[in-house]
Amino acid sequence: MDIFSSLYLSRRRLIGAAVALPFTAHAVRAAGALLSFDELYGKFGVLGLEFSDKVKRLAGQEISMKGFMAPPLKAEAQFFVLTEVPMSLCPFCSSDADWPDNIVVVYLGEKQTFVQPRQTIEVRGTLEYGSWTDPETGFVSLLRIRQAEYFAV
Amino acid sequence: MRMLLAAFAATTILAGAAQATTVYPLDRATILAGSPFDFKVELNKQVKPEDVKVTVNGQDYKTVLGGEAQFIELEKGKEDKALGSALLLRGLKISAPGAYKIEVSAGDETKSVTWDVYETAAQPKAKNIIFLLGDGLSVAHRTAARIMSKGMTEGKANGRLNMDDLDHMAFIGASATNAVATDSANTMSAFMTGHKTAVNALGVYADRTPAALDDPRVETFGEAVRRTTKKSIGIVATSEIEDATPAAVVSHTRSRNEKADIVGMLLEVKPEVILGGGSAYFLGKEVAGSKRKDNQDYIKLFQDAGYKLATDKNELAANASADGNLLGLFHTGNMDVTLDREFLKKGTVEKFPNQPGLVEMTKVALDRLSKNPDGFFLMVEGSSIDKMSHPLDWDRAVIDTIEFDKAIGLAREFQKAHPDTLIVVTGDHTHGVSIIGTVDDEKPGTEMREKVGTYAEAGFPNYKDENGDGYPDKVDVSRRLFLSANNGPDHYETFRPKLDGPFVPAVQNEKKEYVANEQYKDVPGAVFVQGNLPKSSESGVHAVDDVVLQSAGPGAEGFHGYMEQSDVYRVLADTFALGAKQTN
Ligand SMILES: [Zn+2]
Repeated sequence: MDIFSSLYLSRRRLIGAAVALPFTAHAVRAAGALLSFDELYGKFGVLGLEFSDKVKRLAGQEISMKGFMAPPLKAEAQFFVLTEVPMSLCPFCSSDADWPDNIVVVYLGEKQTFVQPRQTIEVRGTLEYGSWTDPETGFVSLLRIRQAEYFAV
Repeated sequence: MRMLLAAFAATTILAGAAQATTVYPLDRATILAGSPFDFKVELNKQVKPEDVKVTVNGQDYKTVLGGEAQFIELEKGKEDKALGSALLLRGLKISAPGAYKIEVSAGDETKSVTWDVYETAAQPKAKNIIFLLGDGLSVAHRTAARIMSKGMTEGKANGRLNMDDLDHMAFIGASATNAVATDSANTMSAFMTGHKTAVNALGVYADRTPAALDDPRVETFGEAVRRTTKKSIGIVATSEIEDATPAAVVSHTRSRNEKADIVGMLLEVKPEVILGGGSAYFLGKEVAGSKRKDNQDYIKLFQDAGYKLATDKNELAANASADGNLLGLFHTGNMDVTLDREFLKKGTVEKFPNQPGLVEMTKVALDRLSKNPDGFFLMVEGSSIDKMSHPLDWDRAVIDTIEFDKAIGLAREFQKAHPDTLIVVTGDHTHGVSIIGTVDDEKPGTEMREKVGTYAEAGFPNYKDENGDGYPDKVDVSRRLFLSANNGPDHYETFRPKLDGPFVPAVQNEKKEYVANEQYKDVPGAVFVQGNLPKSSESGVHAVDDVVLQSAGPGAEGFHGYMEQSDVYRVLADTFALGAKQTN
């Protein structure tokens, strides 16, 4: 946690301030509506999932979500995957299939070196849904937070 | 996500490429007579086509193998690295059994391999084969399943598992062509093709080029059954249906992670019954929950090909005795394990509340497949024994072993009514797990490790099965079996079943090292267990130990002593007479 905070402070002063002084967080950026992993889908099914009314309503707006950063695929990237539980991947028996269904892709406002806290992070940014293929990596996502920033909570 | 993970897999492939002239099939390959396979020679240097000489048993290869290989001037690896020239001849067949010595020379490079082409009995020994695979099924899993399910009094088991009464046995070596260790892909591929292969590969030899779908192919059992018989094919698993074990019945890819492609390979072979999880790879990318990168709607493609669709327990039951092909998909990912599905309602049971179990799926598959007067091949996988053993969640793994054994019971019932059926039960690899005694909450003190009983202190566990369903009424009894792993990452041992959901022993830190998951640190009595695997390992791994195979029915006498997993195929092929002369 210490490593995370100090790295964070040196890289992003603005958010770092939010970590150091959580009570001023709202002054840095309005938190927007809080969205939880439970609220992403209105319907689960073998033939597909359906986004909840809340997701549809909040699309295009500032939101915040709490979760964990999945083990980043590259040290330097502009996006990462936010998950409900800390991730654990098995090189032999598992693959992408073992990634949970309810993940959210987070596109950061600017590139930064990721750190992997074993603790909850809060992500703030603009919610977007619908299939989108990242032109750089071919990564397909259905739910995204764009222009995002994150900090430890 | 898929593409990036595939890139990791490609790195592994290159690291494993041997720096010597390589001929595929490899030396000592065993090949079913009449079965199509790809022949490939990989040279270390770039040569001219006229410099390459290939003979088979001293004759020009073209006469013996019946075709001319394509000359590839230069194969390239990752980042356009020059790998050397190659020869490739796809889909050749050898009908006459015997030893085939292949000699290759090109400049100063030479290589010689010998293949054993075998025929089979002229007449089938059995009409049906039911091949039941407990993924990761180790001796400790079955011992624990027997004790938890049946109980034990004064040192004698109070009952027997269905698998205990299969009368023919063999020890199976499960190593890969590139490692002493094994995964579900290379082992099931060897069971289903008769050729050993590399970790992560299915129905191919793993060549040196990065592409996962161009590797030299060998015929799968599903394809061989299609080519030579009118029998039906069924695939049942509790994992994603594209996962390594079910995929190996029909698939060809260097990378088991290419699940979207594996769905297409399933459609090519069209097994009459397909039941399991993994619908995410059947849905076009626009659909929430899809894991495809294209907009192919495989649900529709299967329906267009004549499949009826079932998506939950009720739809499966409604389809139990219908005619035609059946596609049953009951989860977007892996189906929930028995302990969560039937008892604790944890995992993803809330999202997919109406999933059938392995026994129900096996029942429907047998009902439908047995309508074919020519017989059938059915593969049933108890997938989660492995999936719960990796995270050292022994209670979930053992309860799934009991479910797997119940599916074996159904197969045995079927065999009683249809004695022309061969049953094979095996694992694909083991895990490093043993039972060493019990944990007794009644022992004094607060330190949980002081409650571990070994030798005479262990006594007997006090599981009960009062409703007689074969499962212990609860797993968190006061004196329970103590299973322990001989390998793993740093983790906290809690000495208790994980009632809140599957165990997550370790999580990754900022240095990309797996460290003990602190979520369990404060469980009363939990002790820190230092890992003995590299810090890049997030879970326990497969053991290299032999696997036990048991079998009963016509053809079962083929299993005895020590066998390579590729030898198992030969017994299956012989049972169906797939390599008999008249079929070529
Ligand atoms: Zn495994």
